[in-house]
Amino acid sequence: MDATGLEERAASLTTRSIKTSSKRAALELAVSCMDLTTLEGADTAGKVHSLCAKALRPDPTNPEIPPVAAVCVYPTLVPTAVEALEGTPVKVASVAGSFPAGLGPLEARLEEIRWATAAGADEIDIVLNRSAFLSGHYSLAFDEIAASKEVAGEAHLKVILEVGELGSYDQIRKASMLATAAGGDFIKTSTGKIASAASFPTALCMSEAIRDIAERTGRQVGLKLAGGIRTAKQAWHYLVIVAETLGADWLTPRWFRLGASSLLNDVLMQHAKLSTGRYQRPENFTVV
Amino acid sequence: MTYTSPNHPNATQQAEAAEVAVPVSGEVALQAAGFTLDYATSRESTDILNLRDSYGLFIDSKLEEPGSDTLATLNPATGERIADFTLGSADDVNRAVVSARQAREEVWVPMPAAERAKYIYRIARLLAERSREFAVLETLDGGKPIKESRDVDIPLASAHFFYHAGWADKLDYAFVGRQPSPVGVVGAIIPWNFPLLMAAWKLAPALACGNTVVLKPAETTPLSALLLAEVLQDAGLPPGVVNIVTGGPDTGAWLVEHRGLDKLAFTGSTSIGKNIQERIAGRTTRLTLELGGKAANIVFEDAAIDQCVEGIVNGIYFNQGHVCCAGSRLLVQESVADLVIEKLKRRLGTLRVGNPLDKNTDLGAINSQVQLEKITSLVEAGVDEGAELYQPDCQLPAEGYFFKPTLFTNVSQSHRIAKEEIFGPVLSVLTFRTPAEAVEKANNTAYGLSAGIWTEKGSRILWMTEQMRAGVVWANTFNRFDPSSPFGGYKESGFGREGGRQGLLPYVDLEPAGVLV
Repeated sequence: MDATGLEERAASLTTRSIKTSSKRAALELAVSCMDLTTLEGADTAGKVHSLCAKALRPDPTNPEIPPVAAVCVYPTLVPTAVEALEGTPVKVASVAGSFPAGLGPLEARLEEIRWATAAGADEIDIVLNRSAFLSGHYSLAFDEIAASKEVAGEAHLKVILEVGELGSYDQIRKASMLATAAGGDFIKTSTGKIASAASFPTALCMSEAIRDIAERTGRQVGLKLAGGIRTAKQAWHYLVIVAETLGADWLTPRWFRLGASSLLNDVLMQHAKLSTGRYQRPENFTVV
Repeated sequence: MTYTSPNHPNATQQAEAAEVAVPVSGEVALQAAGFTLDYATSRESTDILNLRDSYGLFIDSKLEEPGSDTLATLNPATGERIADFTLGSADDVNRAVVSARQAREEVWVPMPAAERAKYIYRIARLLAERSREFAVLETLDGGKPIKESRDVDIPLASAHFFYHAGWADKLDYAFVGRQPSPVGVVGAIIPWNFPLLMAAWKLAPALACGNTVVLKPAETTPLSALLLAEVLQDAGLPPGVVNIVTGGPDTGAWLVEHRGLDKLAFTGSTSIGKNIQERIAGRTTRLTLELGGKAANIVFEDAAIDQCVEGIVNGIYFNQGHVCCAGSRLLVQESVADLVIEKLKRRLGTLRVGNPLDKNTDLGAINSQVQLEKITSLVEAGVDEGAELYQPDCQLPAEGYFFKPTLFTNVSQSHRIAKEEIFGPVLSVLTFRTPAEAVEKANNTAYGLSAGIWTEKGSRILWMTEQMRAGVVWANTFNRFDPSSPFGGYKESGFGREGGRQGLLPYVDLEPAGVLV
């Protein structure tokens, strides 16, 4: 990867101007591809209930707004979310495998995945073992993901690369290839737990890796962007990057996710602005 | 909590989609999603322009009434007339040169260099202030995408004046141990591919070194130079320091023939460059030529392929390929040739060809009917000679002069499309096996303006740079310009440098230090 060229291309993609009608549809798509997330030590059943309600009806006043793709919680809160979302299209995703560092004993990490899936999680977000990856123990990092995939069973496995810790776009590409080859259904940028997270060049870098995998092997892998995505404008830019690199095939909740918590209300606010022509105030949109 | 249907059609669709195993092939997923991202027609308004119906020449700081002999300049994106401009006569050229000589003797040379610098700074700032207006006009008259005139042409033109304003009173430091003095009256003839930028490349160093100038813009793109005349007036530049004589080939020829010139600076085609050199043989007029090119963009197997593809696209499709240093020959190592070509073809499919005033447009209009015919005939020659043509399936506007981004594979060194400058959005792909072969093929051309090298290996970049017979060598990038970096050619790409300290040299006479001039 050439950092200068990659960053230039990513920047040029952020200058595309999108049709107003398309902008609204893009915001609706962003909502339907969202993993509404709460990952805090202070999370409670009450908080998760409130999150699930928001996930199902992000804007009760606007029928055009679809439910989000999934809610994303810690394993012990999976049962709460499963109960709240039963019979709805909204999936339950759980982080697992000693999130966010991933440095617990492998057996404990696998057990956590087993536990979360048994509790009903549809999707499992694990982290790449950066300790192994950065010290060159690629086969260890690979084997751990493969083992996680095996115990995750039917659940979709998303592998978080934690791009902010990898140090270069070359490493991000390498990690993307490794995580996919080991069986990850999705690759995901970040845990959201460190300052450096998803960025436009990172999204472009990972999209290019996914595109190359699809072309060489015929296998489609999903992309989840997370961390620091807070505004509708960022969401548009990310959609343009994915659309121009991977094509419309990826612009569905099945293959593309935005992991976020505060993004949703900004998207709703901009959607309402585009629909009514009037600027909105944040108080009009419900907090979780 | 039970889920009550939120009246959303997607809700059920989504539930179904999640249950059904989605096939790998994109087709079905695309239909299921039913979503495409449409870009808006985002047209830059031309309201900002305040154009005259007919333009005269700019001599002695006056924008004169239109002359008796005029020609229309067209918008290449529609073929419609924008305005008329005057075809300067031999007499007009003479008036301009006389005016420039008088200004040189009476005002510009006697003026302290620091004062000259102030005028050049002022021009730079006025250009920046009116950048949107210039960008729109440049796109309207020349056909280049607004995103390029806005982000490249106008900012760089302004940057050239800023950079050279700084040199004006520091020339002693540019030529240590020598004493520089102005050459005299400079005739500058510029092309239509970067009208304002080329004017800046000529005017800024000439003025900074204390010369006066007669500028002759290209026949198809005279308007930005005439708008520049307003800027020169607003900057208070003394009368005669810059005169602008628009016109056609005859006007250019009269300027070349004029005995009152001390120096000629020409940017344009190699054939005209050769002609000029013949015409001024035997005279003391100094000459710099910046002519054609057939640059090799060399891709090694260890290059960062996706970024390299962007660089190749930028190298040849930037400004519809109307770039003398365009990377028109792609030399790619055989081991990655298939991959690079495949990625290039896909990337070509996402290029947006259309109205140059639209901010989303990547490829604008071909500058003129004549140029379009030239490109078309060379592309036909490529097909006839057995090269394989690829063009993406894109819609061209019904009006105006447009050409699809074009890629030729199976090209060999001897094909016309590998040898001749096409000056259009046409890329010829050749392959090589070893670095030595790459060098041999890259240098196997009459030209030598630029080259591009794509490899992640630093030592190879340095080695290749030494081997290239080209004035500019870019590594892991292409078409990158800066006023501080000298630009110019080897062989039939011309001689003399523009930009940087080296670019000052053609505009000064050097005496040994200590001798009073």
